[in-house]
Amino acid sequence: MATTATGTRSTSRKEAQVSGGPKPPGPNGRGPGENGWRQKGEGNQRRKFSPAAYRIAMWVLLAAIVMMFAALSSAYIVLSGGEEWASIAVPRMFFWSTSAIVVSSATFEVARRYLKDGRQRQYAQWLAVTLLFGLTFLVTQLMAWRELRAQGIYLASNPHSSFFYLFTGVHGAHVLGGIIALLFLVVRSRNTYELGTPRSQASASVVSLYWHVMDAVWIWLLLLLLVWR
Amino acid sequence: MSGETHETHGAVHRHEPPTSFIRKYIFSLDHKVIGIQYIILALVAVLVGMTMSVLMRMNLSWPGTNWPILGTLFPGGAPDGMMTPEFYLSLVTMHGTIMVFFVLTTAPQGGFGNYFLPIQIGAEDMAFPVLNMLSFWVTFVGFVVILAAIFFSGAESTVGPIGGWTGYAPLSALPNSGPGQGMGMNLWIISIAIFCVGSLLGALNFITTLLNMRAPGMSLMRMPLTCWAWFTTAVLALLSFPVLLGGGVLLLLDRTAGTSFFIPGGLYIGGELSGASANFPIHTGGSPILWQHLFWFFGHPEVYIAILPGMGATSHILSTFARKPVFGYRAMVFAIFAIGLLGFFVWGHHMFISGMSPYSAMTFSILTLSIGVPSAVKTFNWLGTLWGARIRFTTPMLFAIGFVSLFVAGGITGLVLGQSSLDLPMHDTYFVTAHFHLVMGVASIFGMFAATYFWFPKMFGRMMSERLGRIHFWITFVGVYCIFVPMHTMGIVGMPRRFAQFTEYEFLATLHPLVVFVSIAAIATVFAQILFYFNLVWSIFKGEKSGANPWEATTLEWITPSPPPHDNFAGVIPTVYRGPYEFAVPGAPNDFIMQTEPEPGTVPATEGAGNGHNGHRH
Repeated sequence: MATTATGTRSTSRKEAQVSGGPKPPGPNGRGPGENGWRQKGEGNQRRKFSPAAYRIAMWVLLAAIVMMFAALSSAYIVLSGGEEWASIAVPRMFFWSTSAIVVSSATFEVARRYLKDGRQRQYAQWLAVTLLFGLTFLVTQLMAWRELRAQGIYLASNPHSSFFYLFTGVHGAHVLGGIIALLFLVVRSRNTYELGTPRSQASASVVSLYWHVMDAVWIWLLLLLLVWR
Repeated sequence: MSGETHETHGAVHRHEPPTSFIRKYIFSLDHKVIGIQYIILALVAVLVGMTMSVLMRMNLSWPGTNWPILGTLFPGGAPDGMMTPEFYLSLVTMHGTIMVFFVLTTAPQGGFGNYFLPIQIGAEDMAFPVLNMLSFWVTFVGFVVILAAIFFSGAESTVGPIGGWTGYAPLSALPNSGPGQGMGMNLWIISIAIFCVGSLLGALNFITTLLNMRAPGMSLMRMPLTCWAWFTTAVLALLSFPVLLGGGVLLLLDRTAGTSFFIPGGLYIGGELSGASANFPIHTGGSPILWQHLFWFFGHPEVYIAILPGMGATSHILSTFARKPVFGYRAMVFAIFAIGLLGFFVWGHHMFISGMSPYSAMTFSILTLSIGVPSAVKTFNWLGTLWGARIRFTTPMLFAIGFVSLFVAGGITGLVLGQSSLDLPMHDTYFVTAHFHLVMGVASIFGMFAATYFWFPKMFGRMMSERLGRIHFWITFVGVYCIFVPMHTMGIVGMPRRFAQFTEYEFLATLHPLVVFVSIAAIATVFAQILFYFNLVWSIFKGEKSGANPWEATTLEWITPSPPPHDNFAGVIPTVYRGPYEFAVPGAPNDFIMQTEPEPGTVPATEGAGNGHNGHRH
């Protein structure tokens, strides 16, 4: 009776399973001989580097980060309905910072194209350009804070101003993480030997994925601050 | 990123175990050691949490008694050994926080999940061993910080913050809102934030490992139900902890930077208006309900984070000792997923009394009750697994059956509380306390007891004492029902929860004998756990040797020696040919068939059965 209840096998194998397990398992649960263990020699090698693991992990990490920004965004939307909500003009610096991060995403893609073609020098150069634009983004965000402070708008001034600082701060911290990863890629890009390996391709591709998502998150936050007030 | 720097050139290289003590047992990269570290952390944390619950019961049953030792330890919270109400509230807070985060989240997932998920899918370790190590040590730091919150909570020291494990604002958002809400509350938030990070690292690893590192032939539908449970739990943790982390950042900003995310304007505390003095700056425009939304969006999935691994272990163990395949494997998998998915849409049922619109309440109510469907699927399938079976009543089996019993007993009252009209009068009574303790607290713990007795032989190569285990089971099983069934009655009578004592309320005077009874049952149950701890330690050294497969089980952890070698399968990777629960297959010579046993007529492993792996080993 029990065979059909497992639900773990395809029905096409029914005949095979009714005839039952072929051999009694040994005392330790291993059958003699062909017991599902790989033969020594062919199998006794550790798993090779798997680019898929990097990619899955990055998507999973980004899902978590996006959930946190979703939480902060919903806090923004909830509080924006309150009576004490006072809208603040978006600082002009945001124009420059947004441009910087969008351009950096594009230059990152250019760099990756060179990496795929195996052109190491161009790859290293464009990575450095990307890094430069990333740093520009952070600097302009800080200048936007100064601009707000000059108008007498501080973190605790009112709910809307709190979100200006919060969004830029939390997002900036994540971009800083991306910049550290970029720095790591830039250092590695000097090493020609490394470049051909699947590992270096995978690192470049997951870092760029992270970078683009941070770019998109910033645009989303900016739209919230601009439009939803 | 992880410890695989030596394999970039594809060298044939067996992963050698580390030799120094520190790398082997402290900063270990081995998922098995990390799993045991998590379990030890939970075993320590649960002692702290249980001590606190005993203190609470003492205060409820014998109010006004002097406990001289408390007066010495906590001169602020219990002057002259007499517990203050604030002392009691901080016990409630810390008991809840420590139990939920550092016991119910660490042991089932970080502990047993870490140890057995890689083995059960035939991997030699987690995908990112360094992250795995970090996730434990980050969690450990979180535990140290939460303990610090007990001892550094300010001048008029309680034993920590008094805001409850839910940390409701504005109580949690204002340092001057009560004793323990100063430094202690800051430390509480920081600890939870650290814990979130640790859990995220763990979840990242679980998901990647399960998706990417299954042995050849280990298709998704051939995984043990435990793996499905751990995977779903990891997804829940991944999507819910960031929300709590975000909320925690806002709360910390409210407390330290003067923002008003959760603090409404015009608040009076102790007769002082917001903005009247320097230590109570002006706040305006925040919403305390927002905190509840953010917290419970995390909080409800957290309940499933606690119990899903127990469900997985229970399914696994019931099948093994009923000597029958799990009834309706596929349905079980989908039920786990359905519970996880629905868990994200029901947070509002914790907030029926927050003044939400009756229409939202109705939506949340309907969604909540619909969780009863997958839960019932699981329950009936467990019963179906047991039906007509020749059951081997071992200790793990007893605890697994106990899990089913507690899950049903606690789940039934969930149907009562899920209806907003019934929840409104009951929400702040002992009825809720009884409900969630049974279903998420004790049931999860029973799942972990079952898992401990079941997998102990694999982890240490020796059996735990069956006799002690049975005594432990019966005292605990009867004990928890004696504790929590009367609490339902108290709740229906109207006994409010979180009150330090009830001497002022005449209508509750008749309940006092019941309160004392519950306390005695609680203290007896707590002391019965000494048996468990003793059994655990004694069996590591003196238990009967177990061999590789003492329970005659079928999954991959049982093909490898006990305890498993450093890379789980001694340098080879098993190939899987069949589902996880092939018990009592007609015509088979044994009543169990290992997952690695080839079926007649199947192609050899190296060519065909690559269902669940991505060919990176050819």
